[in-house]
Amino acid sequence: MLNAEMSQATLPNLTGIVDANRRTDLVMAGIGISVLIIAMSLLAAVVIDLIVGGWPRLMNPDFYLNFPSRHPLKAGIVSAWVGTILVMLVTAGIAIPLGVGAGVYLEEYAARNWITDFIEINVSNLAGVPSIIYGLLALGLFIHGFGLGETILTAGLVLALLILPVIIVSTREAIRGIPLDLREAAYGLGADKWQTVRLYVLPAARSGILTGTIVGLARAIGEAAPVITIGALTFIAFLPPSPLQASPPFINFEWLESPFTIMPIQMFNWVSRPQAEFHINAAATGVILMLMTLAMNGIAIWLRYHLRRQIR
Amino acid sequence: MPTLPSSLSPAGPAGSPFRASKSFLRRRALWGSFAGGCLLIAAASSVFVTLGIVYVLVTESMGFFAQISLLDFLTDTQWTPVFENAHFGVMTLVSATVTVAGIALAVSIPAGLALAIYLSEYARREVRETVKPCLELLEGVPTVVYGYFTLLFFTPLLQTFIPGLEGFNMLGPGMVMGIMILPYTASVSEDAMRAVPSGLREAGYALGYSRFRVAMRVVVPAAFSGITAAFILGMSRAVGETMVVAIAAGQNPNFSFNPTEGAATITAYIVQMAMGDLPHDSIAYQSVFAAGIVLFVITLTFNLIGFFLRRRFKEVY
Repeated sequence: MLNAEMSQATLPNLTGIVDANRRTDLVMAGIGISVLIIAMSLLAAVVIDLIVGGWPRLMNPDFYLNFPSRHPLKAGIVSAWVGTILVMLVTAGIAIPLGVGAGVYLEEYAARNWITDFIEINVSNLAGVPSIIYGLLALGLFIHGFGLGETILTAGLVLALLILPVIIVSTREAIRGIPLDLREAAYGLGADKWQTVRLYVLPAARSGILTGTIVGLARAIGEAAPVITIGALTFIAFLPPSPLQASPPFINFEWLESPFTIMPIQMFNWVSRPQAEFHINAAATGVILMLMTLAMNGIAIWLRYHLRRQIR
Repeated sequence: MPTLPSSLSPAGPAGSPFRASKSFLRRRALWGSFAGGCLLIAAASSVFVTLGIVYVLVTESMGFFAQISLLDFLTDTQWTPVFENAHFGVMTLVSATVTVAGIALAVSIPAGLALAIYLSEYARREVRETVKPCLELLEGVPTVVYGYFTLLFFTPLLQTFIPGLEGFNMLGPGMVMGIMILPYTASVSEDAMRAVPSGLREAGYALGYSRFRVAMRVVVPAAFSGITAAFILGMSRAVGETMVVAIAAGQNPNFSFNPTEGAATITAYIVQMAMGDLPHDSIAYQSVFAAGIVLFVITLTFNLIGFFLRRRFKEVY
C-alpha cells in the first residue's frame, strides 16, 4: 500500500499527504488536551461545589469547635478533626517503621529467591486489595478476634496496614536510586551492613521515603470505608483523653482505647441524611478534609519534582 | 568462608591504633543481626496481612456457607438478608458492581488512552512534567468527597439530560469513578508507551508514518500488554471502590444492569450492614464476609493478571 502511495506521489500529492498527517496530529493533540481539560474541570467543579455548598458553615468559628448535634446549625467537627489527628498518629507510628523496614529488607538484605519473589507479589497485590476488605480484617480479627474494640488504636492499625504497600514501594524506589558507590565507600571504611544502611543509605534516601510516607498518610486521612466497618460511632460528643498531661509521666495512652469519629466518617454521616441543612455541614467538612489531603499531596509532589531536578 | 588477611579485616591491621576491640565487634555483629531480624519481621508482616485477610474472610463466612448452599449463593437473583424469608443471591450485588465498573471503564479506556498517547507521543517534556502532578491531585481527593459531589451535583446535572434517571443511580457514580481512576490508568499506560524503544518509533517515521500512525500502529501494539494491565488494574479499583457507590448508587439490592436505576454494589452492601450493629453470630453478619470473599476473589484475579502483564512488558524491553 505504501509502495503504491509512493509511486503515485507526485509533488503536490505528497504535500497533500503531509498536510493530512498534520491535521490528524492536530486533532489527536486536541483530543488529548480536551480529555485533560475535562478531568481538570471535574476537579474544579468538585472544589467549587464544596466551597459554595459549605460556605456559611466554613465562615462560622463555632463549626470548628462544636460537637456534632441533632441541630444542623449547632453541629461542628471538633471531635472529627481531633479524632483524625489522633488516628493518624497511630497510623504513622505503625506504618512508617514497618513499611520502611520492609522496604530496606527487600532492597538491601533479601536474597534473590522465591521467598523474595513471593513477598514482592504479595506487596503489589496488597496495594490492590480494596480498602473495605481491610475493614473486614479489622472487624473480624482486631475487634472479634483480639478484642481491641471500636477504638482509635483499631482504626490507626487498620489504616496503617492499608498504606503499608505505598510506603514499602516508595522506600524501595528511594533506596534503589542510591548509587552503589556510596555503599562501597562505607564498606571500605570498615562499616558493616547495618551501619552502612543506618548511617549512609537511609539518610541519603530520606527525602524519597518522606515523599512516599506523606502520600500514604494523605490517603489514610481521606479513607472512610475501612473505618466504617469497625463501627466507628458518628455521634461523639466528647474528646478522647489528652495524650499529654500535666503530671508525670506527662504522656498517657488512654486515648488509644477511646471511641472516636474521623473527618470522612463525619462527612459520610451528614451526606447520608435527608435534610439539606446537614448537607451544608457535609460540604464544609469536605472542604477541610480536601485541604488536609491536598496540602499533604501538594507537599509530596513538590518534594518529588524538586528532588528529581536536584538529582539531575 | 575465606578469611581476609588481617590487614584487610574490619578489625584493622594488628597493632594499629585503629584496631577495633573484640567486644566492639561482637556488639556490632549482635546489633547487625538484631536489626536484620527486625527488618525481616517487617517484611514478613505484609505476608501476615494477606494471611489475616484470607483467614478472616474464610472463618467468618464458614457459618454462612454451612446454611446457604454455594449453588443458591451463585444463582439466586434476590438478596434479602434481613427479611423473614431471606435470600442470598450474591449475583444481585455483583450485577450492580459490574455495571458501575463497566461504566467507569467505558469512560476511562478511551479517555485514558487518548491522554496517555497525548502525554507520551505529543506533549513536550515540560508539559508532561506539569500535567502529571495535576492529575495526581485528582487522585488525592478523598472518595467520600466524590460521593457527595456525585449525589448532590453530578446526578442532578445528569437528570436534566436524562429525564428517567433516579436520584440514586449507577450511571453518575460510574462516570465519576471513570474520571477518578483516569490518573492511574493514564499514567500506567503512559509508562508502558514510553518504555517502547525509540528505535521502533524511528523505524515508523522512516517509513513516512505520521505521529498518529506511529502511535496507533507501532507504540500501542508494542505496549499492548502494559496498556491492558493499566485497564485491568483500573477495573479492579472500580470494583473495590466504596464510598462513591455507597453514597450515590443507593443501598437497595437490585438485580439490574440498567444504569439509570439505583442498586447496591458489594462494597455498598458491606458499608450498609456494618453501620447497623449486627450480632456477631447472625447470618446477616456472616453474609458481609461472604460478600467480602466474592469481592476479594474478583479483585485478586484482576490484580494478579495485571501484575504479570506489567511484569511481562517490563521484561520484553
